[in-house]
Amino acid sequence: MAKVTYIQHDGTETVIDVKTGLTVMEGAVKNNIPGIDADCGGACACATCHVYVKQEWLEKTGTKSAMEESMLDFAEGVEPNSRLACQIKMSDALDGLVVNLPESQH
Amino acid sequence: MSDAAAHVVILGAGHAGGTAVALLRQYGHTGPITLIGDEPIPPYQRPPLSKAWLKGEADADSLALKPLEFYAENNVDFRPNVTATALDRAAKTVALSSGDTVSYDVLILATGARAIALPIPGADLSGILFLRTAAHAEALKATVGPGKTLAVVGGGYIGLEVAASGRALGAEVVVIERETRLLARVAAEPLSTFFKGYHETHGVRFELGASVTGFTGQDGRVTGVTLADGRTLPCDAAVVGVGAHPNDELAKAAGLETARGVVVDLDARTSDPAIFAIGDVAHRPMPIYDRMFRMESVPNALEQAKQAACAITGRPRPPGECPWQWSDQFDLKLQIAGYAFDADSVILRGEPATAKFAIFHLKGDQVQSVEAINSPPEFMMGKILILNRKPVDKARLADPSISMKEVAA
Ligand SMILES: Cc1cc2nc3c(=O)[nH]c(=O)nc-3n(C[C@H](O)[C@H](O)[C@H](O)COP(=O)(O)OP(=O)(O)OC[C@H]3O[C@@H](n4cnc5c(N)ncnc54)[C@H](O)[C@@H]3O)c2cc1C
Ligand code: FES
Repeated sequence: MAKVTYIQHDGTETVIDVKTGLTVMEGAVKNNIPGIDADCGGACACATCHVYVKQEWLEKTGTKSAMEESMLDFAEGVEPNSRLACQIKMSDALDGLVVNLPESQH
Repeated sequence: MSDAAAHVVILGAGHAGGTAVALLRQYGHTGPITLIGDEPIPPYQRPPLSKAWLKGEADADSLALKPLEFYAENNVDFRPNVTATALDRAAKTVALSSGDTVSYDVLILATGARAIALPIPGADLSGILFLRTAAHAEALKATVGPGKTLAVVGGGYIGLEVAASGRALGAEVVVIERETRLLARVAAEPLSTFFKGYHETHGVRFELGASVTGFTGQDGRVTGVTLADGRTLPCDAAVVGVGAHPNDELAKAAGLETARGVVVDLDARTSDPAIFAIGDVAHRPMPIYDRMFRMESVPNALEQAKQAACAITGRPRPPGECPWQWSDQFDLKLQIAGYAFDADSVILRGEPATAKFAIFHLKGDQVQSVEAINSPPEFMMGKILILNRKPVDKARLADPSISMKEVAA
């Protein structure tokens, strides 16, 4: 288990214990946290699991694949700390991770 | 008609039904929700059954939309292993296989579709499988592996995914298709040709233009597939993927309007205002194409779950979407946006030999649909162009050295 804090666009914070091996997207969806749609269930095909990773965690979440990079390129409101939450697998090293959710996933 | 205390009963605990439950709670519906499903497990995702799950890259936990506890914690009466058998619209009740009856204020039909069986000799032999449910996928996984031959009847997306996963598991695979090309009903010709070549490179064999007339067996187990030309192709198991039929019988018997599925409006409401129908079972309007049709895709199930949940909780209707879906085969990611209705030209962008290209279908100078192989920008921008109907310059669209953002600018 590793803790992830999800911060909604309106500032609401939810802290979830996510099983290691699951993704940051799965942690949100399985706990019915609004703001991550994840239409494709993690196939890196939809870009509706867009999150902003708190700066100090960015490096630990690893590098983006070419596929993720080019999907993100077309998401709305993309920033240098944007990631697709389905491409970040939870590990002990990510215990305490904080992600902000965009206003909408389209 | 928003009534936060209404009892919502959902028939069918699949992707659409499970999503409707989650959205109703997210949108503040406080009344009781009853979710009735004939499968033994809570709602789960089907796409991985032919892809990551079949190859052993995803477990049961990751298939589930929500963990089992979610339902009790959110005041949802989830009843697995129960089939809805009849609908009484006057009394607003549903009869169940358990002998119980439930009453509803609002009913959502989310009964999905079922795999079509082939009405041919030998079709009931063991080892002849479908792929619609997790139980089907378990049975399939147990029979494919090194030294085994898998026959896939039907060269559609699910058939091709099973073929690719079967090869990844070390099985011999032969795909048998009645049409003379793969994906004949759903994809452009260059895409069919590309998939055939790519699969062949990975050891999949094809029998195109071949009709299956029966199955041979020994001791009750399938041993081969017989074709119209008289040949019998030996196999240890056969997967039949020749399409699906909507589970709309309850609705029909109750006198709801049906066409190729249960007819609904833009709120996913049926001809009875207290009843909604969502997902694979629904025949729905699609304003960007100005017509009604039935779709079998996760994005469609999600969109309609959202439409129904919005209508039930008094939220504004979601803005119109561009329908889309995806398929994973070997290291290929196919993303499809839109439908090629009324298209009058086809533009190829990129080189199929590089396994990175897209096929655009246009009506005049407007994009109707795009099939993108390992090409997210073409897919993502294609979706936007389909929705906003912005005219495009065909020559620029065909030139991959001009970025999609520039093409659409
Ligand atoms: C192997 C496979 C791969 C797929 N891959 C993709 C993909 O890559 N991308 C994509 O977009 N889509 C894909 N799909 C399609 C997608 O899974 C479906 O469109 C989606 O599941 C539809 O959701 P639904 O809730 O309408 O139907 P379902 O998920 O089928 O759920 C309907 C449920 O209702 C139950 N039911 C039926 N009748 C009754 C009754 N009378 N009483 C109680 N319960 C009942 C059924 O048993 C089922 O559990 C795939 C489908 C399959 C089978
Ligand atoms: S869930 Fe679809 S891209 Fe992440």
